[in-house]
Amino acid sequence: MEQDFSLLEASIEKYRGKPGILIPLLQEVQEILGYLSKDAMRYIAKRMEIPAAEIYGVATFYSMFKLRPQGKHIIRICKGTACHVSDADGIKEALKNALQLEGDQDTTVDMNFTLMEVACLGCCSLAPVIMIDDTTYGKLSPDGIPKILERYAFVEES
Amino acid sequence: MSELTVKVGLASCGVAAGAMEVFETLEGHHKGAGGFRLGRTACIGMCFEEPIVEFSGGALGKISLGKVDPAKVLEHLQDYQQGVLPKANIILADQAEGSHNELLAGQTRIVLRNCGVIDPKSIEDYEAHGGYTALKKALAMQPEEIVEEVKASGLRGRGGAGFSTGLKWSFAQKAKGPKKYVVCNADEGDPGAFMDRSTLEGDPHNVIEGMIIGAFAMGADEGYIYCRAEYPMAIQHLMIAIEKAEAKGYLGKNIMGSGFNFALHIKEGAGAFVCGEETALMQSIEGKRGMPTIRPPFPAESGLWGCPTNINNVETWANITWIINHGSSEFRKIGTEKSPGTKVFALAGKIAGSGLIEVPMGITLKDIIYKVGGGMKTDKPFKAVQMGGPSGGCIPASLLDTIVDYDSINATGAIMGSGGMVVMDSGTCMVDVARFFLNFTQNESCGKCTFCRIGTRRMLEILTRITEGKGTPEDIGKLEDLAANIIKGSLCGLGQTAPNPVLTTLRYFREEYLAHINEKRCPAGVCTSLLRYEVIPDKCVGCTACARKCPVSCISGKVKEVHYIDQDKCIKCGACYSACKFDAINKG
Repeated sequence: MEQDFSLLEASIEKYRGKPGILIPLLQEVQEILGYLSKDAMRYIAKRMEIPAAEIYGVATFYSMFKLRPQGKHIIRICKGTACHVSDADGIKEALKNALQLEGDQDTTVDMNFTLMEVACLGCCSLAPVIMIDDTTYGKLSPDGIPKILERYAFVEES
Repeated sequence: MSELTVKVGLASCGVAAGAMEVFETLEGHHKGAGGFRLGRTACIGMCFEEPIVEFSGGALGKISLGKVDPAKVLEHLQDYQQGVLPKANIILADQAEGSHNELLAGQTRIVLRNCGVIDPKSIEDYEAHGGYTALKKALAMQPEEIVEEVKASGLRGRGGAGFSTGLKWSFAQKAKGPKKYVVCNADEGDPGAFMDRSTLEGDPHNVIEGMIIGAFAMGADEGYIYCRAEYPMAIQHLMIAIEKAEAKGYLGKNIMGSGFNFALHIKEGAGAFVCGEETALMQSIEGKRGMPTIRPPFPAESGLWGCPTNINNVETWANITWIINHGSSEFRKIGTEKSPGTKVFALAGKIAGSGLIEVPMGITLKDIIYKVGGGMKTDKPFKAVQMGGPSGGCIPASLLDTIVDYDSINATGAIMGSGGMVVMDSGTCMVDVARFFLNFTQNESCGKCTFCRIGTRRMLEILTRITEGKGTPEDIGKLEDLAANIIKGSLCGLGQTAPNPVLTTLRYFREEYLAHINEKRCPAGVCTSLLRYEVIPDKCVGCTACARKCPVSCISGKVKEVHYIDQDKCIKCGACYSACKFDAINKG
């Protein structure tokens, strides 16, 4: 898919020449493009006069940066201690089954969902917890997962 | 009598439990009928009772309701307005029976004093509760006096290690440099910990005010709050607070006419646990990979961009205003001699009262769990409490009389840590818990030190093997050997403490490891590959429900006859166990 890098110019202008800006810049780029493609990283490297290797190094270090296209809805499974002892693994299995994800696959074929694990969402009293986009769902059971996913069902855009 | 006021707790945990619907219902009624003041606040700490609504200013005094149903909240309000006790779950009450009055009575609130009380988005509300008076007082003091006061208070770093805050400040104060920085570490990454999130969501100005005082004392003119991006509400509340503090002249140039300048920025973390380590955090603020650097030089000499820098954790900063306002001697009256003050804990796991508490140091673990925390959630007995997250350890029932202070907790092999406390019952497998934490640290190791990078991976492999029933008797020795070397061979706290969860579980729950290795059995019934499902002949009625559910058809038996599970074919999925309505399947 061809990406329009001219969309990045405003962010590049805002940050150029300032110290310590690489992480917020990459966050903005990811916000605009959805993920950090290698071409996008090369483009930023050239325009910001920062080595591409340095950008790649930062992008791969932090879990927030995505190097592959992401689904429309992001599902975050909390893997915190409280969720772990409350069967977060069972929730993950239920999600993978419902979304028909095999092995390491994290995004559904229709690009509607991306499933990821996060260390802790900080809502331990509601364990086990997942977050879909900005909404947190707590006190889950594997059986209840399909019902939650229904609300985000894939709709063909006309 | 004061005006009738309704407050709804709208922190992350409350919203996740449905507090927004409650608030919107009240808002609609407020616009229509009116007759009361509607306010928002953050987290009172009783997350297990969310959504929580507080009524005050009526004949019944202040009462708080828990688990409020949006469909009934207006009915409760009407009752309260007429002086009738609402027919609801009353959790706190001034003049009546509140189910949790005693949970709060066991606490001493310094850091959380405004959380769940004030509207975190209103600087006026903070000022009305004594906000920014400590700053005014501090600006009239000599910087050395402030540092001395903090030193005299005995406050120790609440991020986990427990280093004297005053001493740390004095290093930064004495350091020479054209520019200095102060940093607030809000990269709360321990799984099972949410103290900093609640503090920032509930009372952001208290942290900011503490930082301004610290900056003045140490001679810094710029500061950063490094906050996890996973905490959007905390970041939003901080942004609003900084803007309002600037508008009121508490931040920026010539603060309160003193000639002192201080600018404060927020830096969002991008998801890396190691950034909670102070040298890695500074690398991250500089926009680099967050990898720790060798100390010395310490940040106080050469920190952010080579300038003297002082880093403290959220909770540490949140203690400063109280110490300045009340004095170090008052602070020392709380807690123990070597660990004065209070500590905030996030209670989670198999405990009835999960949520946020603040208790005086010196309280026993038993009192925290059974008095302040309301005891166990279910009938299953207490097994261990995990403190300090992936850097900490599991403390067994036999040590529940241990008091909470840095040195006593360290003696158990766990650490105070930042304050995560996860309670575990007999249904928790300790080998699985150790594996869980090793999996975490192995993932989060930045890769710089060989022992941390590869050693944690080897430990994880061994632990995984044990939980799968493939462990050998030599494995325990190997784990202990690796642990000792990882501690010695790692540069930063992440590696140096990564083996703690394994070492403490080996120390207190060794027999559980041995059961996995020698008997191929998981006593807690957690490790799937070691489970054995068997039909209990006396209970089986032959309904065939299990046989129909079994995905590999390994259950045989005729209708109304006892069934049998073929162990060679069983994949241990547990479908039969969930399907049986007669408790006729034994899992063990």
